[in-house]
Order: sequence, then C-alpha cells, then structure tokens
Amino acid sequence: MVIALVIVWAIFAYTTDGVFLEARNFSNLMRQSTITAILSVGMLMVIVTGHIDLSVGSLVGIAGGVAAVAQAWLGWGLELSILASLATALLIGALQGFLVAYLNIPAFIVTLGGLLAWRGAIKGISQGNTIPVQIPAFKSIGQGYIAAAVGIALAIAAVIAIVGVALWRERSRRRHGFGSGSQFRLAARILIPSILVVALVWAFNRYAGVPVPVLILVVVALAGAMLVEGTTFGRYLYAIGGNTDAARLSGVNVRRHTLAAFSIMGALAGLASIIYTARVGSAAPDAGRLLELDAIAACVIGGTSLMGGRGSVQGACLGALFMASLDNGMSLENYQDFAQDIVKGIILVAAVGIDMIGRRKNG
Amino acid sequence: MSDRNDSFILEMRGISKSFPGVRALDRVSFDLRAGEIHALVGENGAGKTTLMKILGGVYPQYEGEIYLDGQSERFKNVRDSARSGIAIIYQELSLVLDMSVAENIFLGRLPHRSGFVRWNKLYKDTDELLARLNLRLDPRTVVRNLGIGQQQMIEIAKALSQRSGILVLDEPTAALTDSETETLFAILNKLRDEGVAMIYISHKLKEVFRISDRITTLRDGRVVEACDTTDTSESRVIAGMVGREVSRVFPERASAPGEVIFEARDITVRDRVLSDRVLVERVSLSVRRGEALGIAGLMGAGRSDLLMALFGAHAGRVTGEIFIEGRRARIASPADAIRHGIGFVTEDRKRYGLVMDQTILKNITLAALRRLSGRFITRREREAAAGNQVISDLRIKTPSLQSIAGSLSGGNQQKTVLAKWLLTAPRVLLLDEPTRGIDVGAKQEIYALINRLAAEGLAIILVSSELPEVVGLCDRVIVLREGRIAGEFARLEATSEKVMQCAMGG
Repeated sequence: MVIALVIVWAIFAYTTDGVFLEARNFSNLMRQSTITAILSVGMLMVIVTGHIDLSVGSLVGIAGGVAAVAQAWLGWGLELSILASLATALLIGALQGFLVAYLNIPAFIVTLGGLLAWRGAIKGISQGNTIPVQIPAFKSIGQGYIAAAVGIALAIAAVIAIVGVALWRERSRRRHGFGSGSQFRLAARILIPSILVVALVWAFNRYAGVPVPVLILVVVALAGAMLVEGTTFGRYLYAIGGNTDAARLSGVNVRRHTLAAFSIMGALAGLASIIYTARVGSAAPDAGRLLELDAIAACVIGGTSLMGGRGSVQGACLGALFMASLDNGMSLENYQDFAQDIVKGIILVAAVGIDMIGRRKNG
Repeated sequence: MSDRNDSFILEMRGISKSFPGVRALDRVSFDLRAGEIHALVGENGAGKTTLMKILGGVYPQYEGEIYLDGQSERFKNVRDSARSGIAIIYQELSLVLDMSVAENIFLGRLPHRSGFVRWNKLYKDTDELLARLNLRLDPRTVVRNLGIGQQQMIEIAKALSQRSGILVLDEPTAALTDSETETLFAILNKLRDEGVAMIYISHKLKEVFRISDRITTLRDGRVVEACDTTDTSESRVIAGMVGREVSRVFPERASAPGEVIFEARDITVRDRVLSDRVLVERVSLSVRRGEALGIAGLMGAGRSDLLMALFGAHAGRVTGEIFIEGRRARIASPADAIRHGIGFVTEDRKRYGLVMDQTILKNITLAALRRLSGRFITRREREAAAGNQVISDLRIKTPSLQSIAGSLSGGNQQKTVLAKWLLTAPRVLLLDEPTRGIDVGAKQEIYALINRLAAEGLAIILVSSELPEVVGLCDRVIVLREGRIAGEFARLEATSEKVMQCAMGG
C-alpha cells in the first residue's frame, strides 16, 4: 500500500514536473483526502463487522444541509449548528444500525433506502437551492490553517507522546515476563513515526501551515485506530465480522455492537459533512454524492475484506490518500472528468485483484 | 514394475509430500482392489487427508507414482481425478442446501434438451439411483429439510451417478446416529458386492473393524502397518496409531462430588419458527461441584437444544428456571451465562467455536476479554501472558499465539475452544461433542483434562454421541428421548448397552 502510494506520487511528480509535490499542491492534496479518509474510518468499522453503509454520501448531504439551514434560516450560532449537524447524522446512523441489528434487515437494503431517502430529504428541505454558510469561523474548519508555531508545538507534543507510549509498552512487556524487546525495534517504533510527524509538519509549514481538516483527520484516525485495535469494543467488531455465531456464543452482544458501528459511521459522516460544507462555503442539494463509494473504495484498497473480520484504520486512511492522489494528480494533468472515473474504477478492481492473487499464493 | 499385482485397481507407490517445514507423507504406499473396503486410520496429522488430497488431485505436486488399473496417472487437478472415477466424500458435505435431492445429485450434469432441463428424466434417473441405495426419498425434496444422515447418502448417490469406481469416505459416520450408521453400512456392503472399491477413513475403530476388509495405519506420514482386518485387533491398531500401548482409554478418577452448584428446573424449549414444536420438554437436572453429568440420547433427542437453552443461546422460546449455588439466575444471553460462571464448548467448532482466520490469542481471549483485559482498553501483554499459560497447560501444539486458528489440526482447534472457556474461569462447563472428529491421542488428552477439571471442582455437563465416552467419563448419565428425560443411571450401573436401550425406547 505504502509502496503503491510512493509509486503513484513519483509518477505524478515526474509527469507534472514536480508541481504535484510542491508545498501548495501537497497541502491541497492532504486536505482533499480528509473527507474520504474520515468517512473511511467509520466505513471500516461497519465493513469489519460484516456490513456496508451506502447512505454515507446522502448523510453528508443532509448533515451539511442541517448546519447551513441552522445558520442561514434559524440564525443559530457556530456551536449549536455544528451540534445539530452531528446529532442529525448520529441519529440517522443509529436508526439504520437499529434496523440492521434488531430487525435483521440487510445493511445493503437499509442503507440503499437511506441513500435515496436522505438525499430526497435534503432536496425537499432546501427546495433545490444551495444554502450559503453564514459564519466565517465555520468556514475556517474547512479552509483554515494552523499557525506554523502551533504546528511545531503539536509536533513536539506528538513526539513526546510517541516516546512515552513506546516506553510504556516496553515496560508492560517486561512486567509480564516477555523480556525486553530488541533495542532496534524499540528505536524503530520511536523514530519512524516521529520522523513522519516532523516531516509532515515541516511540509505543511512550507506552505500555510497544517490545514485544520488534516488535524481533525489525525485525531479521528488515531482515535479510530485505538478503538479498533486497543479496546474490547474493537476486538468484538472483528470477531462479529469473522464469525458472528462464535462471537455471540462467546458472550458478545452482537446487536449492540452492530448498532454502535453504524452510529459511529453516522457521527463521522456528520463530522465529514461539516468539513465539506465549510470548505465549499455552502450546502448544495447534491453535496456529498457518491462519497459512499469513495469511502468503500478507500477501505477495500487499504486491504479491508468486504466479507468482514479483516482491515485496518491505517489501511483505510492510506486508501483514501491514494484515491485523493489519483484525483489530484489527474486534475493537474488536465485529465477530463470521465477519464478520472475510468482510471479510478480500474484501479479499484485491480487493487482487489492483486490482493486476491497474492493471498492465493500464500494460502 | 513387473511385481505389480494386476488385481489392484488403484496403487499408490512411494508417495512423499512436503509442506514448508513438515514432511507430511514419507514414501507411503497404498492399494485398493475392486469390491473391497480398505480402511485408512491414524491420528490427525498422520497424513490421511494429505494422501487423499493427492488422490483427489488437490495437491498436484508430490513424489511417487499412482497407477489406476495398471496405468500410470498423475492428477493435475480435481477434475482429472473425478474423470478417472474417483469420488471423495469429505467430512464437510458439499451440497447446495436449497436445491432438491435430484438437482444436487446431477449438479453440473443436469439432463437437458437445447438448454432446458428435462425434469422428468432427472427425477426418473434419481429415483433409480435412490432405489439402488434402498433410499425411500422424493427426488424433489429440498436437501435442507433432510437430516445429516440422509444428506450423506445423497453425497454417495452423487458419487455413484458419476460412475465412480473408487469411493473415498472421510469420517462418514461422524455426524450420524447409530441407526443411520446401520443404514450406511448396509449400503456400503451392497456397493462392495457390486464391485465398488472404497477407502474408509474413520476414527471410530469399532466401525472400522466391522466394515473393512483391510486396514492401513499411518503415523507421522509413514505406513505403520497394512494388513487384513481379521489379522489384527483394536488395541494393536491403536498402539500403531499412537506409537504406544494404550492400556485404559478412560483414566480412572476418584470422584467426590460436593454441593449442588447448578440446577435447572422444568426447562422447555420450543422451535424458533414452529412455536408449537417442543424440542425439550420439562427437563430438570442438577450438577454438583466436581461432578461430571453425561447427557446421552439419539440425534434429535434435544441434547444440543438443551445445552443451548441452559447457556441462554437458544433462538427459540425457553421457559424454566435456573439456579446457581441455590440462587435463581436469569440467563437470557450467553453474556449472562458467562457472568454466572458457565462455559460452553459448543459442537461444530468451525461454525460456533472459532473465528477461523483470527489468531489463536484473539480466539482464546474472546469470551474472557473483560476479565483478562479490563472493561474497555485491552492489555495486550496481560492477554498474551494468560494465553501462553493456558496453551502450555493444555499442550496446544502451535508455533505461537499469533498463528491463525484455522491452521491448527482438529484436536488442537478443539483444545483452543476449551482454552477459550477455561480463561473465563467457569464454575460450570457445558461440553457438546468435545471429541468429534479428533484423533485418539487428542481424545485421551481431552478425557484426562475433563477428569482434571472435575477434580479441581468444576461441574461438568457432557453431551456426546459416543456412548463409551459418556459412560466412561461421567458420574451420572441422563438419557434424553424425544426431548424428555427417559432415564438416569449412576456410574456403576451405566453401560453402553443399557443407555442405548433407554435412548431408543426399548
């Protein structure tokens, strides 16, 4: 995955005479990938549990619409309009999760219905009009940058956290009698992420600083990764997707966890909708269309199995970055829209094909 | 080549096969005459399945020679092998459950005229085939509605319809009741008389001795012994399989049951869909600390339904009361049951027991995650420490905790399921067919383990189709018949014959 990303970047860097990797474009690219990436974190949890959510794009549409309507028509403030938007998306996600988990309606059907119904709802509410965002501070969620100094401070904090976590794990290993791991691995565990963080902040600061959406994504991805890998909740999601019967008989509350996965997906769709609406500066009736497919594609390219039980947050985020890189690079080269769609479609199928062939050799 | 005996329709000569790090087969020779049943026995991992997969064309890479009717053959794939008249019926049946009997038998070869299925011919051909097997079944019946035993017969019919001269049966009786086994044997005998050659793989030595003409014993990828069935004995075959004489199959145990820890009163279970169908009716039972209670009965007598109900996992309506240490316990879900200290080693480990493509560690800690790891945040090191402990305790053979559960042998998978429940620190352990489809050595280890757990004060409820197991291991045996308790035997008065008679209603 990382290798594929590097190859694609190298190709675009070459064909665009380096424009692709220039500070300005790099910053844009990362920001473009955030919406898909945030959605893919939620989608990952749904897919790992063995389901799918096709309503995500429409959810982004309606949640963004709610935020814009709250500001433009009801005169609500920043916090209240954001809260209304998040709550709407969370409740819709929970409703769909309830239908899947407790009424046993297949997720494909529930969310296909959702795809239509929520899109219809936003069209109805907006009467087909685009509603502009009123509050400048709201726009900065999608368009703003963090001051260079603050970015550096955050990077330092992150490095300290990385060192702290690595040492804590090491101590825990020793305490449970696994001996101390190799010094080399410990160093790698500290150095690689630290260098990555510093390099990223440096790259962003060469332009205007870390974009606000990227910071939000980092928080979401970290929380998501910790949730699926470091908690009982996450372990149960994988177990449910891997073998629902075995999970149920091991005392896992399958219904509640399924409901939770869809609810988280909803909440993240709400978050993505705020960034989306803030970036565009308005809520259009067709905002977010087809985003569900991008999110699913990002998960799959990142190694998530649609059968459930397998996948990672890191993979999904890299998948989203990969998709955004294709969009961005091809736009720079003035590919037409239709050609971009064709290339993305082919890449999606090829990614899964390569994965399948690789697995057959191993298995 | 001149010493080749022409009466063999199949000869496998000096077959060797290696997987990374393991020599699965080492110069194994095996032959088969027309009209005989040749049994292949050995512990799990002895190489039986590998040998049959080579015969079936699943593994095209191997050393050695295969002759069919004296002709050298090399199967490159499954089709090759099937075309040469070899039919392998695996333990996991490969039927399309929602299709009819006739469609299943002729799947891929449905009689047709310009693309349209000739249903009349299909049903007529099927009727003839079923008659040949003495099966009274409507070819239009949907396979899902048949019992496992009948489904097995359909597989055999399918093999016969392909005019297979060689039939390989892998553990054909594992899921069959005794009467179904009888039917199967009658059919196998008939086929033998018709000249069909059969390879019979089974862990059930009694059956092997009843049905087979010859026995080949494998151990660690080598042939230990190949001889006529009449020239050997059960204990000799077992000794060959495990490489040592087994004096007593069931280890002795001094039983000293304590106070009643688990009691169920008037448990009634109804079918999930047909709510007037009663699966278990007013069953009451109790188990003491350190006691092993056996539940015997024919397939369909309600044994598994009862265990599922006691564990709060039955999908149908369950009524009755459960008391734990004398206090009424509400058990509406497996989570409730686990909280009350009940563990449940389910039958069918693939379907209910393990998440096959997850690691052993994740599997064994699944039911005990809260206890081991904290309510929300998991503690990897603590889990791994507990996992290592239980793995060495149960002697699960695996390179590491990070190995995938599906890569283990049957016996080790079963131990992994047991490990999962032991980590929940249960007070009551329900075991449903804990030794199905595992080899003699692993069975013995599980028997010893059950005894040890009972000695440590666990209350055990054991369901098994193998009567000697129930009678040999348990302090008390309850017999279920058509969902009701038909009898109860103390250890000293229980014999396989008596229990069987009671189960069948004699």
